This record gives sequence, structure tokens and C-alpha cells, in this order.
Amino acid sequence: MTDTQAPPVRTPESNDEALLRVEDLRVHFPTGDGLVKSVDGLSFSLRRGEILGIVGESGSGKSVTSQAILGLHKGSKARVSGSIWFEGTDLVAASEHEMRAFRGDQMAMIFQDPLSAMHPFFKIGDQIAEAYLVHNKVSKRDARQRTIEMLQKVGIPNAAGRYDDYPHQLSGGMRQRAMIAMALICRPKLLIADEPTTALDVTVQAQILELIKDLRDELDSAVILITHDLGVVAETCDQVVVMYGGQAVEQGSVAELFAQPEMPYTWGLLASMPRMDRVRSTRLMPIPGSPPSLINVPNGCVFNPRCRFSDRVPGRKCFTEHPELSPTTGSASPLAVHEVRCHIPAEERQQILLTEIRPTL
Amino acid sequence: MTTTAPRPAPAGATTTSEKLLEVEAIQKYFPGRRSGIAGQKGNPIRAVDGVSFSLAAGETLGLVGESGCGKSTTGRAVSKLIEPTGGTIRFEGRDLTKLSPRQMRPMRRQMQMIFQDPYSSLNPRHTIGTIVGSPFRIQGEKPKAGVKRTVQDLMARVGLNPEHYNRYPHEFSGGQRQRIGIARALALQPKLIVCDEPVSALDVSVQAQVVNLLEDLQQEFGLAYVFIAHDLSVVRHISDRVAVMYLGKIMEITDRDALYERPMHPYTHALLSAVPIPDPAIESRRERILLTGDLPSPSDPPSGCVFHTRCPKFKNELSDSERDHCRTVEPVLEDKRPGQSVYCHFPQVRSDLIDGAPAAAGAAGESPIRTTRPRVA
Amino acid sequence: MFRFIVGRLLGAVVVLFFVSVVTFLIFQIAPLLSHTSPVYFYTGKVPFAAGSPALKALIHQYGFDLPVPVQYWQYVSGIFTGRTISDGTTVIHCTFPCLGYSFRQNELVSSLLTEAAPVSISLCVGAAVLWLVGGVLVGTVSALRPGSIVDRAGMGLSLGAVSLPIFFTGPLLLLVFEYQLGWINENYVPITQDPLGWLGSMILPWFALAFLFAALYARLTRSNMLETLGEDYMRTARAKGLDRRTVIVKHGLRAALTPIVTIFGIDFGTLIGSTVITETVFNLRGLGYLSITAISQQDLPIILGVTLVAAVALVVANVLVDITYAFIDPRVAL
Repeated sequence: MTDTQAPPVRTPESNDEALLRVEDLRVHFPTGDGLVKSVDGLSFSLRRGEILGIVGESGSGKSVTSQAILGLHKGSKARVSGSIWFEGTDLVAASEHEMRAFRGDQMAMIFQDPLSAMHPFFKIGDQIAEAYLVHNKVSKRDARQRTIEMLQKVGIPNAAGRYDDYPHQLSGGMRQRAMIAMALICRPKLLIADEPTTALDVTVQAQILELIKDLRDELDSAVILITHDLGVVAETCDQVVVMYGGQAVEQGSVAELFAQPEMPYTWGLLASMPRMDRVRSTRLMPIPGSPPSLINVPNGCVFNPRCRFSDRVPGRKCFTEHPELSPTTGSASPLAVHEVRCHIPAEERQQILLTEIRPTL
Repeated sequence: MTTTAPRPAPAGATTTSEKLLEVEAIQKYFPGRRSGIAGQKGNPIRAVDGVSFSLAAGETLGLVGESGCGKSTTGRAVSKLIEPTGGTIRFEGRDLTKLSPRQMRPMRRQMQMIFQDPYSSLNPRHTIGTIVGSPFRIQGEKPKAGVKRTVQDLMARVGLNPEHYNRYPHEFSGGQRQRIGIARALALQPKLIVCDEPVSALDVSVQAQVVNLLEDLQQEFGLAYVFIAHDLSVVRHISDRVAVMYLGKIMEITDRDALYERPMHPYTHALLSAVPIPDPAIESRRERILLTGDLPSPSDPPSGCVFHTRCPKFKNELSDSERDHCRTVEPVLEDKRPGQSVYCHFPQVRSDLIDGAPAAAGAAGESPIRTTRPRVA
Repeated sequence: MFRFIVGRLLGAVVVLFFVSVVTFLIFQIAPLLSHTSPVYFYTGKVPFAAGSPALKALIHQYGFDLPVPVQYWQYVSGIFTGRTISDGTTVIHCTFPCLGYSFRQNELVSSLLTEAAPVSISLCVGAAVLWLVGGVLVGTVSALRPGSIVDRAGMGLSLGAVSLPIFFTGPLLLLVFEYQLGWINENYVPITQDPLGWLGSMILPWFALAFLFAALYARLTRSNMLETLGEDYMRTARAKGLDRRTVIVKHGLRAALTPIVTIFGIDFGTLIGSTVITETVFNLRGLGYLSITAISQQDLPIILGVTLVAAVALVVANVLVDITYAFIDPRVAL
């Protein structure tokens, strides 16, 4: 892997204020077996025009986070605390009624499986127009017109004819385009894409990611892209949050984090991935063990039961003290934001990366 | 870019006698949907249409392509889970397509299958012991050490705790269930395992465990794999040779390294360029070849080259007479370079698709050939 | 669509053919089992001595001496072309739809059926409306707050209702509303004569019958609704910013009720000919009452007539269900 120079971070001069600021977000679900801490102390912020990747394996809390931002847990048993600031409003404190004005209008979401995310009994055009009609006082005819324009914009050929199709009549890629049209019809400031391409083929995935980037440019929206695929993050995102056991274990700009990953979990992810661009000189190195229980979260560092390097930290600190997310020191650019949740001393981390991790990737 | 292969890739030059499996022009047509008031049969769906490949003992052939390309159907037809419509499948020299179900039975122990979904391929009401031991019962065989002992050995071999013999599938995680499926496939000591998307449903870290296990078992038992997957990274890691399928046909088949470093078919180019690589530095300089349009219907494939309707090269680079050629004459899968068979009239080596570096010409004294143009009438 | 409907109708004809064959075979088998002359089952008596020429003539007139397939053909074609029926003394000519003549009741089967059918249909339609509305309402409310007091009360009540038979709830209703309060008139009045009187005569049977079904449908709606609420498209609907009512009624109920349509069609079709207990309890002269009387009198022509009508009802209901389903769910290939 070659080191990169200064990260190409987008810096919109016009709007330096964060559009979305998540602070110490916690989403806990009471169950018969105990309290499931799906998200436990997550913080990040996002400006307009930026794409933030949230990456993690199943059960890491990434989807729960996205639903919390849209307030979809309201009315359920979930306990949400912390704050989600969206243009001066705290969405955690907002009522379901207040949230409705935001949903679909200011912030919208696209889901992993467009077939199950669209209602099987309604025409796709009507489903998209419905999203427009909730937030805009227009006639059905105008909404239909707007929907057809939107279908054209997301690259559905013969948009007017497709309006009356049902979801099952479209191919997977076309369905996801329709889903994107539905999400963007009110020109939202924030788009949350939850594994938008996981169910799609690679060539279709490439088209959809390209489309999301184009529309981001056109609307100057902020995008949260939830994925398990580090490749998708590298291709698409500006910022990235690596989640494990409901917590952010490493976060920063994409260029920085890929050039200089510092959390043992991130190393584990990278080392267990087969690469298409080269043949590894060694076998894949899976992360030993299995993901943590979200009910009995390990004491100390959430990753300690699977970490190969906890013996490098003096005094069993990994098992007793919960590490804070703190800035790294090894970054190439002093401006780059890069934080990691790890007790291993910074110099030692860089040493491990250089001598033990890099050669195996 | 480091390209040190961990093991010598057997080139396509092995002689016929060494082949474990030889598949020749197999076809699988499914009956088309009835339509119209009288219910005339529609065109048959050509899920697999003339696929040929061969496999030596201990070798892994990767079968890649997008959904609907026929790779899974090919796998099922090869292991005779479904009856192919045409063509021959020779396993150790015997033509399986001519065998009756009775004659097929002893052959089945030689070839097993692993499936994608470790949730639905295991009977939830059977214990792990019963599931893993089922091949013995089906084949009516009593292992020397006794079924239970043998099953527990198998479980230990694939990394499951043998004490969990009496547990049920729901008590295991996805990765462990996939191990159960592998143990079951190994029970009769097969020579060939057809793996249908065995790691697609698993998280990255678990996926790595299963991939490593499959590699170890191959080493230990000399297994041959047909490895069906849509994930081109996993396929590159595990395969010796790779076949790329599109609309029921093989577009390109060659050694693993040749396919990833010197792909010749425009569809292979598009596939490789579409896979994102977890390195933003590489990503920023790579070209992405976007395919347009949808997959044509396999019941009504395009004339001539089946890929021409979506081929970027057809659209952007070819002359009118060349296009006519693509539209009317179907290409043949044949060697365009030694050991590299390509189904294309105008193949072209591209070595810049993966890491975005401009084609490194003259490496190892081998200049990448531009188009080898056939004579166009 | 057209092809689909034609196909379903053809299927229905096949089913009716089998029903008619089976009912016809009963005529053939019953005499063999009971060692009586087949004439008995047609006329309710054996008017002549066994072996007498008169009886033979009667047997010949009915065609009992013909091969079975020919008899079947006469039976079926008789329905359309009419037949002449006699018990040796009386001669009856019956025209289309000729389902036979009951010598016990001195009445054509077809006219008995046309009298009884409106009663059964009134009963079933009214009860169906009640149980659908009640069941779906209770089920939906329960599903929206699973585990709440409303849910537990609703489901507890429905469990109780399922376990209470009509011959318990029916008399109870009669006791309270008719004998004690005197609110309701028991005798059936056709809706064409006196709609209010009809309503008054039917309201108790409706409730008694609907009570049982409402309970079943509440439980069914609840489980379907709970499943639907977990669907991805419900989350999508919320993510669009739709209000709760639109999400639940427009997106949720439509999907949750689709499987209920199927079950409803079959239930309703089955019920038409089999509301025996309800009709007996409330003294309604419907199809169930007619058949139970016929059974006790061994009046075969009536039994066969009711069976045929019930089968037609069920088959028609099924065809309607399939067509409705195809309209609701565009994924059903037509």
C-alpha cells in the first residue's frame, strides 16, 4: 500500500457550520434478556456536501444509528439519549409530530433492499409522489409531473411509462434508482443510505454510487453512507466512522484513516479482506472470536476479547478502563481529523502498523 | 502491486487424462412462461447455454458473474442437482449425463455441494450430529470408527466443538453454520466440492475464517473446488483459474492472474473496474467503466455476441462494419492468448483497471497487445 | 386477466362436476348399504311389494336398472331439461332447475331451496359484516400496542369467544334480549317485505354467529398486522414523513388484510350451507335447518340439493377470492 499525501477533504467555504452534529448518542433496547446497548456513546458531525461512511459488521449499531437520526425509534421501546443537532434542532428531544416535518423533506433515507422497502401493492410512481405530496401543497397532477422528472433524473429510461409499474416489475438496479428518486424528491439536506448497494451486483453498485455522488453535488446534500464494505468507503466517502459493538472505535477523514489506520479492529478488518488488486503473500488473517454481546459489553475496551495487542498495554488497562476517543499523532497532515479509541501508546501503534500489520495486508 | 502467487497456478495446459471434471457445452433451459389465452409456451429460458470448462484434481475454478448469469445453475447442473438440457459432464472420465439416478448415486459421494445460505440449507429440526452424519445414512455406509465418532472428528476438523453434537442449527452463528455445511460435504471424502456463494452471507471477519478453512481442507484432502461467487476479491484470493459468465455463457476463462491483470473481454473490464478497492489513493485514479441498460432476458438473448447490447467497446470504439459483425456473428470462446480463452471478436488486453496505473508496457518483455482484429467481411 | 378468470371458471366447473358425481354416487351406494330399494330414498316409502311388477316399473322409470354412467347422465341432464317424477301414485313434473321432489314435504326441492337460501344468505352476510369489522378493528388495535392492556383484553376476550359454542351464546342472547327485555322479534321476515322487521329478526343470530368468527379474525388480523408492521416498507412509509394513521391504514392494513381475504372467502362459502346450529337455535328456516330436517327424515333429494347449492357457493366464493386477490396484489400473475 502506498502512503498518500494530504487528504483531499472537501472544504465548502460557504457553509462551514455542521449540518448534523451527533453528540454522545445512545440507543438502548430493553429486552427480556437485559438492556441491549445497540449504540453507546457515538459522536460525529457532518457538513453539507460531505459523504460520511459508517462502516461496521452486523450488530455494530450502524443501522440503528441511522434510524435514530430519522427518529424512527420514537414510539418504540427504545431509549434514545444524547443529542442529534440538525440545523439548530435537537432531534432526540423532538416529538414524533415535529420529526414528521423533517422526515422525507429535510432528511431522507434509502434502504438496503429496495424490493422489500417499497410497498408491493402500490405503483412506484405513486409511492414516490406520496413522499412529495406529504410535504408540498400541490395537486396530484403536479406531483406526478415532478415524480416523472425525478425518475428521469435518477436515470430510469421511459420514466413516464415506468410511473405505473409495480416494484416487482423493475430490476434491482432500477428499483434502487426509484428508491433514490423517492428519497430525493423533496431535495433533502441530508440523505442517509443504509447499505444501498449490498443487494446489488457490482456493475449496478458502481452506477448507484456514481448517482449518489452526482446528486450530492447537485443538491449540495450531506450523505451518510452505511456499509460493511471498506472498498465502498474508499471510493465514495470523505469521512468515515468505524463502528464496533455500538461505539465508534476509529474515525477520521477517509484518506487519513486508510493511509494510517490505528485501531486494532480496523487492522483486523483490513487483514481479513481478500484484495482484488493484489494477491496476498500470506493467508487472510481473520479476527479471532466473535462480535461482542451488546447486553454484557466487555469491561474496558469493547474490542479487548478479540484484540491481539492488549498485552502491549501496561497493567491490564484494556480490561479495566474504557478508552476515550482521542486524536492520533501520526497523521501526515496536522489539519486532518483522526481519532482512535485505543489504549496502546501512539508511537507503539504506529510501530505495530509499520512492522506487523502493513506487511500482511 | 505485489503479485506473488502463494502457490503455483496450474496453467490450462494439463492433459486430458489428469482432468477430474470436464464439462462440455452444457445447457440448462427452463420452460418459458406461458402466455396468451391459449397458453402457448414462451421461449425457453436459457439459464446456461453452452458452458465448457475443465478442472484438475486439487484445483479451484472460480465462477463469477452477476445475478442471473447462470453461474449457480451451472454449479447445480455440474453436480447433477438438476438435469442439464444438453452437453456432457465427465467426472473421472465417466459421462454423468448418461447415468441413471441409481448409477448416479455412488458418484454423488465424489462430488458435494455447499450453499450460500447457512440458515435455510440446514434442517432446523435435526441436530448437528444428524445433519453431518446424513451422507452416511443416505449412502448406506458405516464408517469404521462409527458414525458418531467420525462425525465428531469432522466437526473438530472444521473448527466446531465436537461436544455440540446434539445441538440444533439455531444455536450456531452464521459462520458456524457454514462450517456445519462444510463438515457435511466432507463426510464422504469427496474429490470435488461445488461451493455456491459460500461466504456471501457472512461478515468480513467470519468470511476470512471460512475462506481459510476451505483452503486448508483443499491442501489436506486434495479437493477440487468450483467456487461460485459474485465477489471478485474472494475469487481472486481462492481460485487458480477463473471463468467470467454473462447471460449463460462464459465470456472469458483463464488463469487467475491473467484474468485480473490482463483481462481481455470488455465485460471482464467492466466487472473489474466496478469493484471498489479499499484504498482511496488507488480509487481516485481508477477508471470506472459503467455499463448501461439492463440485463437482456435469457429467454430472448441478443443476436450475434450476447454482450453487444451493453458493450462499452461496441458503443464507443468500433466502426460500423465491426458493429455489424458483433450483431450478426456470435463469437466463439477461443484462445486469444496462450491459455486465455475469450468470447469476443475484438478482445483487448487492459492492465490498468485494477490499480489505475497506466498500462505498464514491456513488463517482462511482454507488450500488451492492442486489439487483435479479426478479418471483417 | 381475462385468461385468468376463464381459467378459474373452468376449474370451478371441474370441481362442480366432481361434487355432482359424488352426490350422485350416494344414491347408488345408500340402497346397497341399507338393503332397501333405491325407490325408498326418492319417495320416502316403498309403495309396492318387493318384486312386484309395479315396483319394477317404478324402478325402470327412475332408470335404476340402467348402467351407472347412463343414470348419471340422466340425473345431470334432468337438472336442465326437467324430469317426471312419481312415487307410483302422484306424478310430478319438474322443470329447470330440477333437483328432484321431496315426497315427505310435498314440495319441489328447488322451491324449498329458494325459500331457505335467502334466510341463510341474510344470516351469513350480516354476520360476516359484523365479524369482519369487529375482528379487524380489535386485531389492529391489539397489534398496534402489543402487550398493552388493550391487547391483552382483546386477545383474552377473543380466546373466550372462540371457546364458547353458539349453542351457548345463542340461547344466552335469546334469554336476555328476547325473553327478558322483549326487544326483538324472533320470526324471520324477508327483507323485501319489511326491512326493519328483517333487521330485528336477524340481529341476534348475526351477533351469535359473528361472535365466534370475530374472535378468530381478531387473532388473525393481529398476527398479520404485527408481521406487516415489521416490514421494511412500513419503515419507508414513516421515513417519508407520513402520519401514523396513513402509515397504518393505507400501507399497513392493505397488506395485513390480504391473507384474510382468502380465508374469508372460504369461510363465507363454507358457512352458507352449514349454519345448522345457529338456524336451529334461532328457529330460522335456512339451508342448514332444511338439511338437518332432511337428514333426520332420510329425505335424500333435499340433502342432495343442499349439498349442490353449498358446493356452488363455496366454489363461487373461491373464484371471487382469487380474482379479488389478483386485484389487490399486483404480483399475482394473471
